[in-house]
Amino acid sequence: MLKALIQKEILLEWRQKAAFNGILLYLISTIFVCYLSFGLKSNVISPISWNALFWIIILFAAVNSVTKSFIGQSVGRQLYYYTIASPQHIIIAKVIYNTVMLVILALVGFGCYSLVMGSPVTNIGLFLIDVFMAAVGFSITLTMVSGISSKANNSTTLMAILSFPIILPMLMMVIKISKNAIDGLEWSSSSNELLTLGAINLIVGAVTYVLFPYLWRN
Amino acid sequence: MKRNWWKFIAALLLIYTVIGGFLFDAPRLNILNETIRALHFHVPMWFGMIILLTVSVIYSIKYLSSSDSKNDMIAVSFANVGMVLGVLGILTGMIWAQFTWGEWWSGDPKQNAAAIGLLIYAAYFVLRGSLEDPQQKARISAVYNIFAFAALIPLLFVLPRLTDSLHPGNGGNPGFNAYDLDSNLRLVFYPAVIGWTLMGVWITSLLIRISAIAEKRNTY
Repeated sequence: MLKALIQKEILLEWRQKAAFNGILLYLISTIFVCYLSFGLKSNVISPISWNALFWIIILFAAVNSVTKSFIGQSVGRQLYYYTIASPQHIIIAKVIYNTVMLVILALVGFGCYSLVMGSPVTNIGLFLIDVFMAAVGFSITLTMVSGISSKANNSTTLMAILSFPIILPMLMMVIKISKNAIDGLEWSSSSNELLTLGAINLIVGAVTYVLFPYLWRN
Repeated sequence: MKRNWWKFIAALLLIYTVIGGFLFDAPRLNILNETIRALHFHVPMWFGMIILLTVSVIYSIKYLSSSDSKNDMIAVSFANVGMVLGVLGILTGMIWAQFTWGEWWSGDPKQNAAAIGLLIYAAYFVLRGSLEDPQQKARISAVYNIFAFAALIPLLFVLPRLTDSLHPGNGGNPGFNAYDLDSNLRLVFYPAVIGWTLMGVWITSLLIRISAIAEKRNTY
């Protein structure tokens, strides 16, 4: 069932390629806007600003891409899924699918961003793990919040104001780890942050798993 | 009259807190000086906020398992008053920070965490405002309340301990226990915690009664 649901998400995405391409273009244009606004040649921006700017861009792209996981769906289709699948399966499938999408987005973003802004990252392995953990955390939180805000009228505003404060602790950890990756510190110096980030993801994931059925039941 | 005994206790404890907090002997310490008296106002308000918000989450869970709209009303009222205590807590903290750290807002991890916490609960009220169907409003805001509370716990109790902070009790700074060698502070502090919490519960009970009356008037 889980596999079928993930397949369905990927198939739907493939059929509306414009939506995914739109998000990719959104990401790349944002990067280009930042690049031109700073008015710089490569490698002039300080590593701290590089880091903060990168994660802000990724955060906004993530909010925009995950928003549509519930908000775009028609009521009739939701009712149909409700009859054939359990809510736990649906949320797990959506979270896995969104994680994969966010990892792709973040990697493409990292590529384009380093192309124009230069890349101060020295410990690539740590940085990639950080990107993956961030994708998991963002995807869980944003999928859940998208489910919440899809029930209300002004859902796009709600999406931002509900998710930003919840994501902030995660984002602080993610930025710290990626700063360590930029400074090329050894792995042991980031283990504390990695553990905390994993714990936050675990808490948010467990709560989402328990709460989503109540949201879904309508 | 008999059922209201705890309200008298709340009032008495708070009168005692104000008089004792300002007039009793406090330990003389460098830098802190008289600002140590903020302990009787700032810290108990945060304690009260945490207690009230926890009660609010418990009633949200109760609502999800029972679908009784009374539980939802209680949860919102507790969140409301918890938020008021939170704002008071952050304001008293800022006053203290101005006179000990020299800045109203110095980007201390605990200050930032407190601000994020307030943002989360502000978002909770905006969410409630933008849902119209009362049952849906109750259910979805209960879900968000629990979700947000779970995200708040690492924020308030774990993250500040990982980073260096100037806040008492963090990063090698002495906490509450180091100050009150003469335990004069304890004499006011514990009653203050109970007093502020009872006051919060009192205000909440009034809010609950008001919304119960409003609901009754709407149904007839």
